[in-house]
Formats: sequence, C-alpha cells, structure tokens
Amino acid sequence: MTPLLSVQNIRKTYGTRIGCTDVSFDLYPGEVMGIVGESGSGKSTLLNCLAGHLEPDEGRVVFDTRTDGPVDTVTMSKPERRMLGRTDWAFVHQHARDGLRMTVSAGGNIGERLMAVGDRHYGDIRDKAIDWLGRVEIEANRVDDRPTAFSGGMQQRLQIARNLVTGPRLVFMDEPTGGLDVSVQARLLDLLRGLVREMGLSAIIVTHDLAVVRLLADRLMVMKDGHVVESGLTDQVLDDPQHAYTQLLVSSVLQV
Amino acid sequence: MIELNNVSKSFTLHNQGSAAIPVMEGATLSVAPGECVALTGASGAGKSTLMRVIYGNYLAASGQVMVGGVDVAQAEPREILALRRDTLGYVSQFLRVVPRVPTLEVVAEPLLAVGCDRQAALDKAAGLLARLNIPERLWTLSPTTFSGGEQQRVNIARGFAHDYPAMLLDEPTASLDVQNRETVLSLIEEAKARGAAIIGIFHDVGARERVCDREINVSDFTPGMAA
Repeated sequence: MTPLLSVQNIRKTYGTRIGCTDVSFDLYPGEVMGIVGESGSGKSTLLNCLAGHLEPDEGRVVFDTRTDGPVDTVTMSKPERRMLGRTDWAFVHQHARDGLRMTVSAGGNIGERLMAVGDRHYGDIRDKAIDWLGRVEIEANRVDDRPTAFSGGMQQRLQIARNLVTGPRLVFMDEPTGGLDVSVQARLLDLLRGLVREMGLSAIIVTHDLAVVRLLADRLMVMKDGHVVESGLTDQVLDDPQHAYTQLLVSSVLQV
Repeated sequence: MIELNNVSKSFTLHNQGSAAIPVMEGATLSVAPGECVALTGASGAGKSTLMRVIYGNYLAASGQVMVGGVDVAQAEPREILALRRDTLGYVSQFLRVVPRVPTLEVVAEPLLAVGCDRQAALDKAAGLLARLNIPERLWTLSPTTFSGGEQQRVNIARGFAHDYPAMLLDEPTASLDVQNRETVLSLIEEAKARGAAIIGIFHDVGARERVCDREINVSDFTPGMAA
C-alpha cells in the first residue's frame, strides 16, 4: 500500500533556534496520528510545515494525489498547493476564528469551500451546507447567522463542517479541543471519531491532551525540543513509555 | 495461533534513577486454535504483563510474539492495528469509551470496523447485550454512567462481538453474578468450539476448571521467582 503522506527528514529552524528537525514518518489511508509534547516542542511548527503554511528548510512532504500519484508538496507550485488545501487537505485551527470568516454567515462559510472547487448551484450549496450543519449538530435555522453569534464550541464545529464538506482525505488539526470545556470536548471527540470512520479520513492531530490522543489516535509521536523522542502505537507509548521525557509526561497526568 | 518464544520484558524508569526492573524472562508458550489456556501465578507475578506483551501495548525487550503469523514484538503500528481489528481480541477489566456513544454502538463497533453490514452489526450487538442481561432501555445510553458490573458486561459483549481467531481475557467473570457468569462461560465455550485460541486470567477456580484445557504458571518466567 502507498502511504497517503510520506514525510522525510523535515527540518525547520528560526535563525539558530531549531523549530523541528529530523522528522520522518509515513501515514497510511485511514490512520490517525497524534503529535504530543509541551509548548515549544515544535509540534505546531511541524504541523504547519506539513500543511504547507511554513516552508521547511529541508525535507520532503510527499502526498499521494488523486490524479498524479505521490508528489512532493514542498516543491510543488503555490497554486497547486493552494488547490490541495481546498480539496484533499483540510486544516482545523485551534481558534475557530482563524479558520472561519467571521463576517460571513455559517452557510456562507461552508459554501465558500464548495464554490472554491467549482460548485455553482446556489440551491445545492445551501442544501449541502444545511446537511453539514446537521452533521456537526448545529440547527438548520442557524444557517444564516454569523459565527460571531455562535458559542466557542459551535464555532469549532462549524470550522470542522467547513473543512470536511469537500470530502478531504487528510485533515490537519491543531489542538482541536483546546480551550473548550470538557462536555463540549467530549461531543467534539465523538463527532470527529465518527467522521474519521465514516469518511475513511486520515488525520494528524497536534495536542497536549493525552486523553484526547488515546481516544482519537492510532499512532503517537512524542516531541521534545524539536526532536521526535518516541513514536509508536498510541496505547504502547502511553502504557509502556520508553523515553525519559515520555515517562515524565505520562506520569504527570492528573487522575480524575 | 499464539506462540511466544523466549520473550523477556523489563521496565527502565528513567526518572527514578534509571532503575531497570526485569519482570519477565524466557517466556515460551503456545496456544492452538480451539484451546483455552489459563495464566496462573501470584499477584505481581506478571500475568497481566504477559497479556499486554501479547496485545502489543507493552513492548517486548527480546524474543518473538507470534499471533496469527505476525510478530507483535517487531511489527509496525499499522500491522498491529490490523491484527487487533481482524484477529486478536482483548477483554480488559476496564471499559474505555468515547463519552456520549450509545452502548449499542460501543458493542457493534468492532464489527463495523471489520466492514460488517451496519444492521447486522447492530443486531448481533443487541443479541449479546440481551444475553448479558443489559436492559434494553439502557442500550441507547452511554455506558460511562453504568454500574461497574454493567460496564464489565458491556465490555464482554464488545469483546465477543467479532469472532476473533485469538482472544485474551483478563478476569472475564470477575464481579459477575451467577447467571451472568454462566453466560460468559458459555460465550467462551462457543468461542473455543468455533476454533478460537484463548489465553485467560481467571481467579475464579471453578470457571478456570470448566473452560481451560491447561494452565501456565507465569512465575516460571519471573526473574528470581522461578520455582
């Protein structure tokens, strides 16, 4: 089987400081990978390099495209990468405001992505938008409201709907449940898990919440100071951590 | 079906003076299809550790852990995931689920994961929950609020939903009443009859004698404890 995403020796520095270095892994269709580590460990830098928001200094990010097979997205042209970002890739930001257009209605936020891939029939777009609002548990009568009128949890769900409406194959998520209260988190986790299974999505989730990765991720990568210190099956890394830092991380979680 | 060859396991605690604690050495065993083997030994001898090494959530330090032709000690994460989905089932003592997911879905999930038709999966899940005396009015609720015994039975229903060729059972009859214990023992006997290779931990001697074909004392594999 061809990996959906093959990451090879990614390195990104900020001047003399290391953002992340020597990161390599393969992600296969349907797999969910978690990236954990404390703030400043380079996990967001890595995610942004993978998603094409930052240009890595070294390395390749090879994506198995629908039309041309595996292509290095670091060296592909900007318009091509932008197209990928609107079709096969999706990016869920930690703050929904970064991923939404706050001055456009909820329906418009979802419709915009459909129009970007060539949908032109207003009625179809509106129907799809309402269908997706339902899937993320937002009532249809909110379709014309702006996200500014939504709660934080609703904004996050709207952001997910906007991202998934075009049927991407790979979703990047940066702390998708960060800043939400626990009951909203649980709802979002359940939603994400269902969508991942039904749509056969692959996903890369950056988080510092070990409970989130245990429930969502098949595989786990632990980062510290820009390096990957440990990776493997999620429950193996959490139940039998090998690296000193991972042991510290796992033993620092408060039990409830 | 399950074959361990000279498996060892140790824990290195980096944050506690790098203490290295050997917990298992020279573990060798083999379980054939249709056979049920009980792990015995005192508390702390390493019964659960051995189970976890087989399931892949503990990393074996050396040796071979063959399950259905895959060496769990060496396999890539996605090979282990595929093994767990199709071949190797594990009924732990604790139910771990995503909050808000209804009980019926929790039990049907392993079947949906192997591509079973949705209605067929839900029907089979319903049948198992009924056999394990979980009242139907609870099926649409999340099991997170259930009593300990109910959660245990939901966990067992989930573990037996898909017909795994190999199964690991960690105290499946603990905290069950007589009637439910009987149901679980029948489920184990049915699994054996269809050819499943089973490794179990049973503190319940009656249960062990009824379903297990032989016993393996894990103290034989415990460094410094060998008889």
